[in-house]
This record gives sequence, C-alpha cells and structure tokens, in this order.
Amino acid sequence: MFEGLQKIGETFFDPQIIAGVIPQLITVGLPNTLLLSVIATIIGIALGLVIATGLLASQRLVRFLCRGYVDLLRGLPHILTVYLIGQGLPLAGLSIFGKSTYAYAAFSIGLIESAYMAEIFRAGFQGVERGQVEAARTLGMTRWQAMLTIILPQGIRRVLPPLTGQFILVIKGTALVFLLGLTASQRDIFSIAQDNSINNANLSSLTAAGLLYLALTVPMTYAVAAWGARMQRGSQRGKVTA
Amino acid sequence: MMATATTDVSVRFEAISKSFGPVHVLKDVSASVPRGMTICIIGPSGSGKSTLLRCTNLLERPEHGKIFIDGDDITAPGVNIDKLRVRVGMVFQHFHLFSHLSVIENVALALQKVRKLPKAEAEARAAVQIAAIGLKGFEHRRSSDLSGGQQQRVAIARALAMEPDVMLFDEATSALDPELVKGVLAIMRDLAFAGMTMLVVTHEMRFAREVAGQVIFMDHGQIVETGAPAQMFDAPQTPRLKYFLEQVL
Repeated sequence: MFEGLQKIGETFFDPQIIAGVIPQLITVGLPNTLLLSVIATIIGIALGLVIATGLLASQRLVRFLCRGYVDLLRGLPHILTVYLIGQGLPLAGLSIFGKSTYAYAAFSIGLIESAYMAEIFRAGFQGVERGQVEAARTLGMTRWQAMLTIILPQGIRRVLPPLTGQFILVIKGTALVFLLGLTASQRDIFSIAQDNSINNANLSSLTAAGLLYLALTVPMTYAVAAWGARMQRGSQRGKVTA
Repeated sequence: MMATATTDVSVRFEAISKSFGPVHVLKDVSASVPRGMTICIIGPSGSGKSTLLRCTNLLERPEHGKIFIDGDDITAPGVNIDKLRVRVGMVFQHFHLFSHLSVIENVALALQKVRKLPKAEAEARAAVQIAAIGLKGFEHRRSSDLSGGQQQRVAIARALAMEPDVMLFDEATSALDPELVKGVLAIMRDLAFAGMTMLVVTHEMRFAREVAGQVIFMDHGQIVETGAPAQMFDAPQTPRLKYFLEQVL
C-alpha cells in the first residue's frame, strides 16, 4: 500500500525534478507560451474579423467560401492542421516566414483560431439589432459605414467575453507547437516539460507544467464568467421598454 | 407640361408590385404625393402599407413599376441609393436608435458620416433638433435610458437633422404606451403643418382625419380607396373600407 503510494508520488510528484524544471518553465516556457498565444490571437482576430464579414456578406460566393474556410479549420484535428501548415508550408517551398519555426508555429495556431473567432464575431455582429442597421442606411450611410459605426462597436462589446474565453483555449492550444521542433530558447511550457520528462524518464515535470497551465487558465476562466454575467445584466437593463 | 407636373409632385408610385416568395404584398400600386402634403395610409395589417413605405427609400426593392422622387426615377438601374436616402427620412415603429450612442451622437452621426460635417458643427445642429422635439437637457443620456416616447422623438430628430424632402413614418406610435402617443403625434402634426411632405402609415384615425391632406386605404396589397379624410371617414365608398372603419372606430 505504502509502496504503491510512493511509486505514484515518484512518478508524478518528484520534488527534485519539479524544483529543477520550474526555473526553465517560468523563464523560458511561460514567456514563449504567452507570446505564441498573443501572436496567434492577433492573427486569429485579424483573419477572424475578415472571415466574419465574409460570412455575413450579401454575395453568395463570398459567404460560401468563408463558410468553407471555417468548416475546414474547425472540422480538422488541430494537431493535423499544425502539422500540415507548420511543417507543410516550408516543405512545399512556401517559406513565407523564412526558417523561423516559431513563426510557422504561431501562424498555424492563428489560422485555426481565426475559424473559431470568425464564428464568435459572426454571432456577435448578428446579435446587433437589424433595425439599427436599417436606420443607418435610411440616413444615407453606406453598408460599410453602418458596419464600422453601428455593428462593429456594438458587436465588439458582445464578443469580448467569448473572445477572452477563446484566448484560454489558445493558451492550451499552443502546446501543440512542440510538434514542429523548436530550438531550446523557443520552447513553450509543454515542450520544456516534455523534453525534461523524456530525459529523466519521469512525468513530474509534466505535472509542474500542468500546474502552471492551471495557474493561467483557471483564474481567467472565472474572470470571463464573471464578466459575461455582468454584461448579461447590463444588456438586460438596457432592453427597450416601449 | 411634364416639368410642371413633376415639380408639384414629391413622390410618385407607378404600378408597383412586390412579392415575398409566394406572397404578393403589393399589386400594381399607383399613387402620388403632392409636395407639402401629408398622406396617411391606413388598412389592416398585412395589407402592404409598410412595404409600400419601405419601397419609397428602397429598403425593399419593387419587382415591377417605378418610383419617382421629385421627378427622378429612383428604381432606374445604377441609381445611388445612399444619395437618394438622404432625401427621404424614415421613422420606424421600434425607433431603432443606435443603442451604443448618446442622444446627441444618435442625431449627429449621419451629419458627420454622410454630410461630412465636422463634429462640432454636427453636434451643434443636432442640439437644435433635440431642442425642437422638446428634449433639451437629454443630449448626453444613453438612448436606452429614455422612455419609448422620448426615443421615438429622438428618432424623428435624427431623421430631420438630414433635412429630408420627404418623411416616412412606419407606425411610429404603435409600439408606445398610450400616454406617450400624444407627444409623438404632436411633433408629427407640427411637422405636417410646417409643410413637410409626409407619408404616414398609421392606426391613429383621429390623427389621419385631422392632419392628412389625403387618406389611402389599402387591403390585400392594393389601394382600395383614396380621398380626402372627411370623405373617407364619413362617407366611405367601398364595402371594404366601411367594414375596416367599423372594426377600428
């Protein structure tokens, strides 16, 4: 009984290994994970906005193409997309980022995220009262002006909580970049832990990585939930009462 | 001959037809609105009166027929819809104020974006309109903090700020609590008496009788009867109008 517990402790919670890996996790892994997440999110938001506009376009062909993009990237396993884009682009001679594995990694995650974010933006924009857009048009504003002055400012408010929720998923999603073989200084939290666990033939470094991920994601999850609830109350208070 | 005819007529509908899928909402509707006149359109719901109004600024596009505003065929291919819409103001049943903006921003927005006025001038003009509808002091309130009647008055100010030639009112008081209707109707009445050309879809028969230069009764997508309000309400000619008035009066 005691031996069993000891074995579990050694496999997952070896204090020496955990203490040994933590400095690297925090000084190298954490900044890289956050940097990758931020870059991927920026790519995701920028592309997602464009795709969302396309999903709501009046031209059927544009809608169809954007819908296809979203379905494709949301339908594939992320690990497959990271491989295909991150490894595939340079292999196919499309070395848009030169030899920077880091850039391909961020780009592949960003592409995946853009599909999810497009859906978030689409839902947010569609939630804006159609009549307000009509009112803007009757005042002589163009479709584009109505988009920029009515839909976007109101839509952004609606999408901030789900977008932040998506950012939490991006943080976890960046773990997949270990597939692409990063240099020592480019490694994210998971890559460092994985390398360490292979070298020591012990999983404790992965436990440490897990705790670090949780320290990032759990507080953010609760913050988003509280934020979303507050927005909900705010929008109910603002409901039109005839 | 044509030229003199067009200058007296602000809006002219020429054999307008419109369907939503299998539903034929407007069948061959022709009418004209003399400049400076208020025409009230009455009729049961689903009669096509709102659709006719929405065709006037091409929120709906008629499938057949032509619409002229001040003699210009707005249904002709290649017409700049946005330029046309500046000439035609519209007020909706559910106000549709921009909910993220303050009262003055609601009124000033199109002055800035469409008329390209600098912000200060746009807001100065907006302030004049807001004072004119009796909401001085409310300039910086959020639109969602206003009562329905106040919101509708802001919506009227927002349309008037663009100095349109024609105003369209689509059941502007139908969504309001009874005690708030009067204030909105009073503004519409003042506007009519000031010489604005107005097309008013309404269920307010008293308003129609008092303010309209002409009343149009629509049913099943057609104009059934039209005439001066006294004649329409006191001596309806068609059985359908008689029946309708019995139901609503």
